[in-house]
Amino acid sequence: MDNNEQGIVLTDEQKKKRRSRSIAIAIVLAALVLLFYLVTIVKLGPDIMNRPL
Amino acid sequence: MSLAERQDLMDHSSTVWNGGEGSVSDYVALLKPRVMSLVIFTAFVGMMLAPGSIHPVLGTVAILCIAIGAGASGALNMWYDADIDEVMSRTAKRPIPAGKITPEEAFAFGMTLSIGSVLTLGLLVNWFAGAFLAFTIAFYVVIYTIWLKRSTPQNIVIGGAAGAFPPMVGWASVTGGVSLESFVLFLIIFMWTPPHFWALALFKKGDYETAGVPMLPVVAGETNTRHQILIYSILLAPIGVAPYFMGYASLFYGVSSGFLGLAFVAMAADIWRKREGDVARKACLRLFKFSIFYLFMLFALLLGESLVAGI
Repeated sequence: MDNNEQGIVLTDEQKKKRRSRSIAIAIVLAALVLLFYLVTIVKLGPDIMNRPL
Repeated sequence: MSLAERQDLMDHSSTVWNGGEGSVSDYVALLKPRVMSLVIFTAFVGMMLAPGSIHPVLGTVAILCIAIGAGASGALNMWYDADIDEVMSRTAKRPIPAGKITPEEAFAFGMTLSIGSVLTLGLLVNWFAGAFLAFTIAFYVVIYTIWLKRSTPQNIVIGGAAGAFPPMVGWASVTGGVSLESFVLFLIIFMWTPPHFWALALFKKGDYETAGVPMLPVVAGETNTRHQILIYSILLAPIGVAPYFMGYASLFYGVSSGFLGLAFVAMAADIWRKREGDVARKACLRLFKFSIFYLFMLFALLLGESLVAGI
Protein backbone atom coordinates (compact mmCIF):
# COMPACT_ATOMS: atom_id res chain seq x y z
CA MET A 1 0.00 0.00 0.00
CA ASP A 2 1.58 3.32 -0.94
CA ASN A 3 1.45 6.58 0.92
CA ASN A 4 -1.48 7.93 -1.13
CA GLU A 5 -3.83 5.13 -0.11
CA GLN A 6 -2.83 5.29 3.53
CA GLY A 7 -3.12 9.05 3.66
CA ILE A 8 -0.43 10.93 5.51
CA VAL A 9 1.42 8.71 7.95
CA LEU A 10 2.97 10.64 10.83
CA THR A 11 6.33 9.67 12.28
CA ASP A 12 6.66 9.19 16.05
CA GLU A 13 8.39 12.55 16.31
CA GLN A 14 5.50 14.26 14.45
CA LYS A 15 2.97 12.53 16.71
CA LYS A 16 4.84 13.76 19.79
CA LYS A 17 4.87 17.31 18.48
CA ARG A 18 1.19 17.13 17.52
CA ARG A 19 0.38 16.02 21.07
CA SER A 20 2.27 18.96 22.60
CA ARG A 21 0.54 21.36 20.16
CA SER A 22 -2.85 19.88 21.08
CA ILE A 23 -2.14 20.37 24.78
CA ALA A 24 -1.10 23.99 24.13
CA ILE A 25 -4.34 24.63 22.17
CA ALA A 26 -6.38 23.04 25.00
CA ILE A 27 -4.71 25.31 27.56
CA VAL A 28 -5.34 28.40 25.40
CA LEU A 29 -9.02 27.46 24.93
CA ALA A 30 -9.48 26.87 28.66
CA ALA A 31 -7.84 30.24 29.38
CA LEU A 32 -10.20 31.92 26.89
CA VAL A 33 -13.24 30.37 28.58
CA LEU A 34 -12.01 31.67 31.93
CA LEU A 35 -11.27 35.08 30.43
CA PHE A 36 -14.75 35.48 28.91
CA TYR A 37 -16.30 34.32 32.19
CA LEU A 38 -14.27 36.88 34.14
CA VAL A 39 -15.08 39.70 31.72
CA THR A 40 -18.79 38.84 31.92
CA ILE A 41 -18.64 39.24 35.70
CA VAL A 42 -16.65 42.49 35.37
CA LYS A 43 -19.03 43.97 32.79
CA LEU A 44 -22.18 43.05 34.64
CA GLY A 45 -20.63 43.87 38.02
CA PRO A 46 -23.00 44.22 40.96
CA ASP A 47 -25.94 44.28 38.51
CA ILE A 48 -25.54 40.56 37.94
CA MET A 49 -28.41 39.83 40.36
CA ASN A 50 -30.44 42.88 39.36
CA ARG A 51 -32.49 41.60 36.45
CA PRO A 52 -36.16 42.31 35.89
CA LEU A 53 -38.22 39.14 36.03
CA MET B 1 8.91 36.95 -5.82
CA SER B 2 8.17 35.82 -2.29
CA LEU B 3 8.06 32.16 -1.29
CA ALA B 4 4.32 32.48 -0.68
CA GLU B 5 3.77 33.67 -4.27
CA ARG B 6 6.00 30.94 -5.69
CA GLN B 7 4.05 28.29 -3.81
CA ASP B 8 0.78 29.63 -5.21
CA LEU B 9 2.05 29.04 -8.73
CA MET B 10 3.06 25.47 -7.98
CA ASP B 11 0.87 22.54 -8.87
CA HIS B 12 -0.58 21.59 -5.51
CA SER B 13 -1.30 17.99 -6.50
CA SER B 14 2.40 17.32 -6.93
CA THR B 15 3.58 18.93 -3.72
CA VAL B 16 4.54 16.66 -0.87
CA TRP B 17 3.06 17.50 2.50
CA ASN B 18 5.90 18.21 4.89
CA GLY B 19 4.06 19.92 7.73
CA GLY B 20 3.46 18.82 11.28
CA GLU B 21 7.11 19.29 12.26
CA GLY B 22 6.63 22.41 14.36
CA SER B 23 6.81 22.25 18.15
CA VAL B 24 5.02 24.69 20.46
CA SER B 25 8.22 26.72 20.84
CA ASP B 26 8.52 27.04 17.04
CA TYR B 27 5.04 28.56 16.94
CA VAL B 28 5.97 30.88 19.80
CA ALA B 29 9.05 31.94 17.77
CA LEU B 30 6.69 32.85 14.88
CA LEU B 31 5.17 35.50 17.15
CA LYS B 32 8.52 37.38 17.38
CA PRO B 33 8.43 37.48 21.21
CA ARG B 34 11.06 40.24 21.48
CA VAL B 35 9.10 42.61 19.24
CA MET B 36 5.99 41.57 21.13
CA SER B 37 7.50 42.59 24.47
CA LEU B 38 8.21 46.10 23.13
CA VAL B 39 4.64 46.33 21.82
CA ILE B 40 3.23 45.23 25.20
CA PHE B 41 5.33 47.86 26.94
CA THR B 42 4.43 50.79 24.64
CA ALA B 43 0.73 49.82 24.53
CA PHE B 44 0.68 49.64 28.31
CA VAL B 45 2.22 53.12 28.56
CA GLY B 46 -0.42 54.45 26.12
CA MET B 47 -3.12 52.90 28.24
CA MET B 48 -1.75 54.29 31.51
CA LEU B 49 -1.35 57.82 30.09
CA ALA B 50 -4.86 57.96 28.65
CA PRO B 51 -7.36 60.10 30.56
CA GLY B 52 -10.03 58.12 32.38
CA SER B 53 -9.70 54.58 33.62
CA ILE B 54 -10.23 51.01 32.54
CA HIS B 55 -11.06 48.01 34.73
CA PRO B 56 -7.81 46.07 35.40
CA VAL B 57 -9.30 42.88 33.89
CA LEU B 58 -10.35 44.73 30.72
CA GLY B 59 -6.96 46.47 30.63
CA THR B 60 -5.25 43.07 30.78
CA VAL B 61 -7.52 41.80 27.99
CA ALA B 62 -6.64 44.83 25.85
CA ILE B 63 -2.87 44.35 26.34
CA LEU B 64 -3.23 40.62 25.64
CA CYS B 65 -5.15 41.29 22.41
CA ILE B 66 -2.67 43.94 21.23
CA ALA B 67 0.22 41.55 22.01
CA ILE B 68 -1.40 38.64 20.16
CA GLY B 69 -2.24 40.96 17.24
CA ALA B 70 1.40 42.04 17.08
CA GLY B 71 2.50 38.39 17.25
CA ALA B 72 0.08 37.49 14.46
CA SER B 73 1.57 40.26 12.28
CA GLY B 74 4.99 38.76 12.99
CA ALA B 75 3.80 35.30 11.90
CA LEU B 76 2.26 36.70 8.69
CA ASN B 77 5.46 38.66 8.05
CA MET B 78 7.49 35.45 8.38
CA TRP B 79 5.04 33.65 6.08
CA TYR B 80 5.56 36.20 3.32
CA ASP B 81 9.26 36.89 3.90
CA ALA B 82 10.48 33.29 4.18
CA ASP B 83 12.55 33.68 0.98
CA ILE B 84 14.33 36.75 2.38
CA ASP B 85 14.77 35.16 5.80
CA GLU B 86 16.54 32.10 4.41
CA VAL B 87 19.37 34.15 2.86
CA MET B 88 19.98 36.58 5.74
CA SER B 89 22.25 35.41 8.58
CA ARG B 90 20.12 37.17 11.23
CA THR B 91 16.91 35.38 10.22
CA ALA B 92 18.01 32.07 8.64
CA LYS B 93 17.14 30.12 11.81
CA ARG B 94 13.51 31.29 11.91
CA PRO B 95 11.00 28.39 11.90
CA ILE B 96 10.02 28.58 8.19
CA PRO B 97 13.52 28.78 6.63
CA ALA B 98 14.65 26.15 9.15
CA GLY B 99 11.96 23.81 7.74
CA LYS B 100 10.09 23.37 11.03
CA ILE B 101 6.88 25.12 9.99
CA THR B 102 5.49 25.30 6.45
CA PRO B 103 4.45 28.68 5.03
CA GLU B 104 0.83 27.44 4.92
CA GLU B 105 0.90 26.56 8.61
CA ALA B 106 2.38 29.98 9.47
CA PHE B 107 -0.28 31.73 7.35
CA ALA B 108 -3.13 29.82 9.03
CA PHE B 109 -1.66 30.48 12.46
CA GLY B 110 -1.18 34.20 11.76
CA MET B 111 -4.66 34.69 10.29
CA THR B 112 -6.36 32.81 13.13
CA LEU B 113 -4.61 34.91 15.75
CA SER B 114 -5.22 38.16 13.83
CA ILE B 115 -8.96 37.59 13.55
CA GLY B 116 -9.17 36.22 17.11
CA SER B 117 -7.33 39.15 18.68
CA VAL B 118 -9.31 41.79 16.75
CA LEU B 119 -12.69 40.21 17.56
CA THR B 120 -11.80 39.71 21.23
CA LEU B 121 -10.59 43.30 21.62
CA GLY B 122 -13.73 44.59 19.85
CA LEU B 123 -16.16 42.43 21.80
CA LEU B 124 -14.65 42.78 25.25
CA VAL B 125 -13.07 46.26 25.24
CA ASN B 126 -14.36 48.53 22.47
CA TRP B 127 -14.84 48.32 18.72
CA PHE B 128 -12.77 51.41 17.92
CA ALA B 129 -9.72 49.78 19.52
CA GLY B 130 -10.56 46.51 17.72
CA ALA B 131 -10.79 48.26 14.34
CA PHE B 132 -7.55 50.13 15.05
CA LEU B 133 -5.78 46.85 15.84
CA ALA B 134 -7.10 45.34 12.58
CA PHE B 135 -5.81 48.39 10.70
CA THR B 136 -2.40 48.05 12.39
CA ILE B 137 -2.08 44.37 11.46
CA ALA B 138 -3.20 45.07 7.86
CA PHE B 139 -0.78 48.01 7.63
CA TYR B 140 2.18 45.90 8.78
CA VAL B 141 1.39 42.86 6.66
CA VAL B 142 -0.05 44.37 3.47
CA ILE B 143 1.44 47.88 3.22
CA TYR B 144 4.86 47.14 4.76
CA THR B 145 5.64 43.44 4.25
CA ILE B 146 3.92 42.71 0.95
CA TRP B 147 4.15 46.09 -0.76
CA LEU B 148 6.81 48.51 0.49
CA LYS B 149 9.59 46.32 1.93
CA ARG B 150 10.60 44.97 -1.49
CA SER B 151 9.87 48.06 -3.55
CA THR B 152 11.21 51.20 -1.87
CA PRO B 153 14.19 52.25 0.28
CA GLN B 154 11.69 54.28 2.34
CA ASN B 155 10.20 50.93 3.49
CA ILE B 156 11.36 51.44 7.08
CA VAL B 157 9.93 54.97 7.32
CA ILE B 158 6.38 54.07 6.34
CA GLY B 159 6.47 50.52 7.70
CA GLY B 160 7.67 51.93 11.02
CA ALA B 161 4.21 53.41 11.44
CA ALA B 162 2.86 49.92 12.14
CA GLY B 163 5.26 49.55 15.04
CA ALA B 164 4.27 53.01 16.28
CA PHE B 165 0.52 52.35 16.48
CA PRO B 166 0.41 50.16 19.67
CA PRO B 167 0.46 53.05 22.20
CA MET B 168 -2.42 54.62 20.25
CA VAL B 169 -4.33 51.32 20.35
CA GLY B 170 -3.65 51.12 24.12
CA TRP B 171 -4.91 54.70 24.49
CA ALA B 172 -7.98 53.91 22.36
CA SER B 173 -8.77 50.91 24.59
CA VAL B 174 -9.35 53.34 27.46
CA THR B 175 -10.89 56.35 25.68
CA GLY B 176 -12.51 54.75 22.63
CA GLY B 177 -10.75 57.27 20.37
CA VAL B 178 -7.50 59.00 19.47
CA SER B 179 -6.09 62.37 20.50
CA LEU B 180 -3.13 64.67 19.89
CA GLU B 181 -1.40 63.29 23.01
CA SER B 182 -1.60 59.69 21.77
CA PHE B 183 -0.50 60.86 18.31
CA VAL B 184 2.70 62.28 19.88
CA LEU B 185 3.45 58.82 21.35
CA PHE B 186 3.02 57.47 17.81
CA LEU B 187 5.32 60.18 16.41
CA ILE B 188 8.10 59.37 18.88
CA ILE B 189 8.28 55.72 17.72
CA PHE B 190 7.65 56.70 14.08
CA MET B 191 10.63 59.11 14.00
CA TRP B 192 12.77 56.73 16.07
CA THR B 193 12.39 53.75 13.72
CA PRO B 194 14.42 55.00 10.69
CA PRO B 195 17.65 55.93 12.55
CA HIS B 196 17.32 52.75 14.64
CA PHE B 197 17.02 50.44 11.63
CA TRP B 198 19.36 52.31 9.32
CA ALA B 199 22.11 52.11 11.96
CA LEU B 200 21.57 48.33 11.90
CA ALA B 201 21.32 48.28 8.11
CA LEU B 202 24.65 50.11 7.75
CA PHE B 203 26.57 47.26 9.36
CA LYS B 204 24.32 44.51 7.98
CA LYS B 205 24.35 45.99 4.47
CA GLY B 206 25.75 42.83 2.88
CA ASP B 207 22.85 40.76 4.22
CA TYR B 208 20.21 43.02 2.68
CA GLU B 209 22.13 43.11 -0.60
CA THR B 210 22.16 39.30 -0.77
CA ALA B 211 18.44 39.17 -0.01
CA GLY B 212 17.60 41.88 -2.57
CA VAL B 213 15.83 44.06 0.00
CA PRO B 214 16.13 47.73 -1.05
CA MET B 215 17.31 49.05 2.31
CA LEU B 216 18.56 52.63 2.13
CA PRO B 217 22.33 51.86 2.40
CA VAL B 218 21.99 49.34 -0.47
CA VAL B 219 20.03 51.62 -2.81
CA ALA B 220 21.02 55.19 -1.92
CA GLY B 221 24.49 54.50 -0.56
CA GLU B 222 26.07 54.80 2.85
CA THR B 223 26.64 58.58 2.70
CA ASN B 224 22.99 59.28 1.98
CA THR B 225 21.98 56.92 4.81
CA ARG B 226 24.27 58.79 7.22
CA HIS B 227 22.64 62.10 6.21
CA GLN B 228 19.17 60.66 6.77
CA ILE B 229 20.07 59.12 10.15
CA LEU B 230 21.25 62.56 11.29
CA ILE B 231 18.17 64.37 9.93
CA TYR B 232 15.72 61.95 11.57
CA SER B 233 17.65 62.12 14.87
CA ILE B 234 17.50 65.93 14.86
CA LEU B 235 13.73 65.72 14.22
CA LEU B 236 13.26 63.03 16.86
CA ALA B 237 14.94 64.89 19.74
CA PRO B 238 12.31 67.70 20.07
CA ILE B 239 9.42 65.27 19.50
CA GLY B 240 10.75 63.22 22.42
CA VAL B 241 10.40 66.29 24.66
CA ALA B 242 6.91 67.17 23.30
CA PRO B 243 4.92 65.38 26.07
CA TYR B 244 6.40 67.90 28.54
CA PHE B 245 5.44 70.91 26.40
CA MET B 246 1.97 69.49 25.87
CA GLY B 247 1.51 69.26 29.61
CA TYR B 248 1.20 65.53 30.21
CA ALA B 249 4.73 64.95 31.48
CA SER B 250 6.71 66.66 34.23
CA LEU B 251 9.74 68.93 34.03
CA PHE B 252 11.85 65.93 35.10
CA TYR B 253 10.69 64.10 31.97
CA GLY B 254 11.31 67.23 29.88
CA VAL B 255 14.92 67.59 31.06
CA SER B 256 15.68 63.83 30.90
CA SER B 257 14.23 63.38 27.42
CA GLY B 258 16.09 66.52 26.31
CA PHE B 259 19.44 65.07 27.41
CA LEU B 260 18.66 61.67 25.93
CA GLY B 261 17.70 63.37 22.65
CA LEU B 262 20.97 65.32 22.63
CA ALA B 263 22.94 62.10 23.19
CA PHE B 264 20.98 60.50 20.30
CA VAL B 265 21.88 63.38 17.96
CA ALA B 266 25.52 63.30 19.13
CA MET B 267 25.78 59.58 18.27
CA ALA B 268 24.08 60.16 14.91
CA ALA B 269 26.63 62.92 14.23
CA ASP B 270 29.37 60.44 15.17
CA ILE B 271 28.08 58.02 12.51
CA TRP B 272 28.02 60.93 10.05
CA ARG B 273 31.68 61.78 10.80
CA LYS B 274 33.17 58.27 10.97
CA ARG B 275 32.66 56.72 7.57
CA GLU B 276 35.36 54.07 7.17
CA GLY B 277 36.52 50.91 8.89
CA ASP B 278 36.01 49.57 12.35
CA VAL B 279 35.31 52.95 14.02
CA ALA B 280 32.41 53.48 11.60
CA ARG B 281 30.96 50.06 12.44
CA LYS B 282 31.33 50.73 16.15
CA ALA B 283 29.56 54.10 15.83
CA CYS B 284 26.60 52.40 14.07
CA LEU B 285 26.41 49.65 16.67
CA ARG B 286 26.56 52.24 19.47
CA LEU B 287 23.63 54.24 18.07
CA PHE B 288 21.66 51.05 17.41
CA LYS B 289 22.06 49.94 21.04
CA PHE B 290 21.50 53.43 22.45
CA SER B 291 18.35 53.88 20.36
CA ILE B 292 16.74 50.91 22.14
CA PHE B 293 17.73 52.39 25.52
CA TYR B 294 16.44 55.83 24.42
CA LEU B 295 12.97 54.60 23.49
CA PHE B 296 12.74 52.41 26.56
CA MET B 297 13.73 55.30 28.85
CA LEU B 298 11.24 57.76 27.32
CA PHE B 299 8.32 55.37 27.75
CA ALA B 300 9.54 54.16 31.17
CA LEU B 301 9.70 57.78 32.40
CA LEU B 302 6.18 58.48 31.10
CA LEU B 303 4.93 55.29 32.73
CA GLY B 304 6.70 56.03 36.02
CA GLU B 305 5.17 59.51 36.16
CA SER B 306 1.67 58.27 35.42
CA LEU B 307 2.01 55.63 38.16
CA VAL B 308 3.28 58.21 40.66
CA ALA B 309 0.46 60.60 39.69
CA GLY B 310 -2.05 57.80 40.18
CA ILE B 311 -1.02 57.13 43.80
